[in-house]
Amino acid sequence: MVSLSIQNIRKSFGSTEVLKGISIDVEPGEFLVLVGPSGCGKSTLLNLIAGLEKITSGEIYIGNHLVNQVSPKDRDIAMVFQSYALYPNMKVRKNISFGLETRKIPKSEIEKTVQKVANMLQIEDLLDRKPAQLSGGQRQRVAMGRALARSPSVFLFDEPLSNLDAKLRVEMRTEIKLLHQRIATTIVYVTHDQIEAMTLADRIAIMKDGIVQQLDTPRNVYENPVNLFVAGFIGSHSMNVVPVRVAKSGQKNCLLMKTNEKTFTIPVDRNRSLLNKWIDRELILGFRPEQISDGFPNQAGNDQIHTIESKVEVIEPTGPDTLVFIRINDKKVACRVHPNAARRPGETMKLMLDLSAAIFFDPDTEEQIS
Amino acid sequence: MNDPMFHTAPKTAGVIAGRVFIHGLLILMVLYFLLPFIVMVLTSLKTMADIRTGNLISWPREFTLDAWRTAWGSACIAVECNGIKVYFWNSVKIVVPAVTISTLIGAANGYVFSKWKFWGSEVLFSLLLLGCFIPFQAILLPMAQTLGKLGLSQSLAGLILVHIIYGLAFTTLFFRNYYVTIPDELVKAARIDGAGFFRIFWKILLPVSTPIFVVCVIWQTTQIWNDFLFGVVFSAGGNQPITVALNNLVNTSTGTKAYNVDMAAAIIAAMPTLLVYIVAGKYFVRGLTAGSVKG
Repeated sequence: MVSLSIQNIRKSFGSTEVLKGISIDVEPGEFLVLVGPSGCGKSTLLNLIAGLEKITSGEIYIGNHLVNQVSPKDRDIAMVFQSYALYPNMKVRKNISFGLETRKIPKSEIEKTVQKVANMLQIEDLLDRKPAQLSGGQRQRVAMGRALARSPSVFLFDEPLSNLDAKLRVEMRTEIKLLHQRIATTIVYVTHDQIEAMTLADRIAIMKDGIVQQLDTPRNVYENPVNLFVAGFIGSHSMNVVPVRVAKSGQKNCLLMKTNEKTFTIPVDRNRSLLNKWIDRELILGFRPEQISDGFPNQAGNDQIHTIESKVEVIEPTGPDTLVFIRINDKKVACRVHPNAARRPGETMKLMLDLSAAIFFDPDTEEQIS
Repeated sequence: MNDPMFHTAPKTAGVIAGRVFIHGLLILMVLYFLLPFIVMVLTSLKTMADIRTGNLISWPREFTLDAWRTAWGSACIAVECNGIKVYFWNSVKIVVPAVTISTLIGAANGYVFSKWKFWGSEVLFSLLLLGCFIPFQAILLPMAQTLGKLGLSQSLAGLILVHIIYGLAFTTLFFRNYYVTIPDELVKAARIDGAGFFRIFWKILLPVSTPIFVVCVIWQTTQIWNDFLFGVVFSAGGNQPITVALNNLVNTSTGTKAYNVDMAAAIIAAMPTLLVYIVAGKYFVRGLTAGSVKG
């Protein structure tokens, strides 16, 4: 049973192909986030699901129905837009009920639905206002209310929080998540903000150039990115990617690293058979800023953790911890350290590199080596 | 501008002198621009004897509305001596339907060209815009032939049709450019809400179109009311609009020229467009700039 099935969708505008064969199955009640840089085709894909644009080839199923030829109003979907798209001439009440009225639902029932939705979103006292009299956050609520009133089988969100200021965005993010937990309806949510994607999604589809790069849980896309693009896109600050040469030292595979202090030969136990193919060649090592720090709990005796020394180039305090930037093999590396442990720029600092979660990328294909 | 410092800045003699100079200059300019109109009004209120003995801007020795009455009801135009009232109402009969229809069609066109683009719609729109740049004279002959074939030669209906067609290029442009500034997402939301082509037009777009309607109505009313060329070519006798009648009135010479009657008739002819602009002028400016600033 799937709630929404996208099968090998392609979309061209004239001679430019913006979607190059997308296939995604969404389970009932799942929160799917489409994320990617602008121009990756995520909004186009959402418009295709909504039926606002015609598919070039491929199939879309909502429930078990093929909806390629079905008009937007009959697809059993509701959509929330970035600009809210509230009807400016109608009061909030009318905005919410407009879709129900066009469907010729009895008046008493409409009235009940509007009350219920207004209650759920706490916008009861706004019902008789015009959209122009509302703040950004209130408009966003009304836009969600309009979508909720229809109780569709799939909700589509097109960058709904992008027009809000930073503080309100975080608040509304939590509200959307709460809302999803209450109504448990399938949601497809488009954003360019990877933090929104990470915090909201059950699964994330990371898109680039009209192709889904990786479709997985937030945790997996964070810990196990399939290629350099995903590694760089997800996470703030993004993953450190350092070109390293692999060398054989006795029985062990080693990675050669050079900071502006000295050279280190760091043994790796993991992925032995994998790395055997890369002896005396250069590959790309990926690790998160939190995997290189001033120290780890229980680090004694952990043979995956190694010491590195480097001159500090720049520091960026973030509050709970401080990002220290160093250079390994001439590549800038961010290290997340305790604020007290951070050295000043120009000083030398000793850092612990934890390779237990490190990943390796092929420098030519930029894919993860596995 | 709301900075209190701005308002309480000390007024030195230099500042005051500057202000006086600027305002004096402005008043002078206003008088210069208003002078022709003042002369018209004054002359229309004088008696002929007064006009003959006084000069152009002299104050009337006695005020009289006789010239106005004559112009409206009994001045001779060609062979008829019924004043310009018939022609005034002719113009009203032309302007009201021509403005209404061209504005409504323009709104519908603009809606399609902005929100329901189809293959080739941009080309079609560009072609339609050419209509704004075709001089009146260029279409006189083909239009006369067309009206002849339609059996509308020399009739009010024919003149109305000409004005509707000629106005469409402008009204379409106005509405299209206005609707382009209304987010497409609004139309998308309405489509998902189940509204169709006409429902979206009536319920979503028309209710927010007041500013551009005002612009369109003022523009079209002024254009059509003031038109002389189409009127003189495509209508005849009792069907002529007021602009043509005014010309005929002034050119009908029986004995002395009644300047006061001519002036009164000219003011009557200009009155409606002046009124429209005075009443709705602020909406006109607001509507013209509506697209450029986010409201």
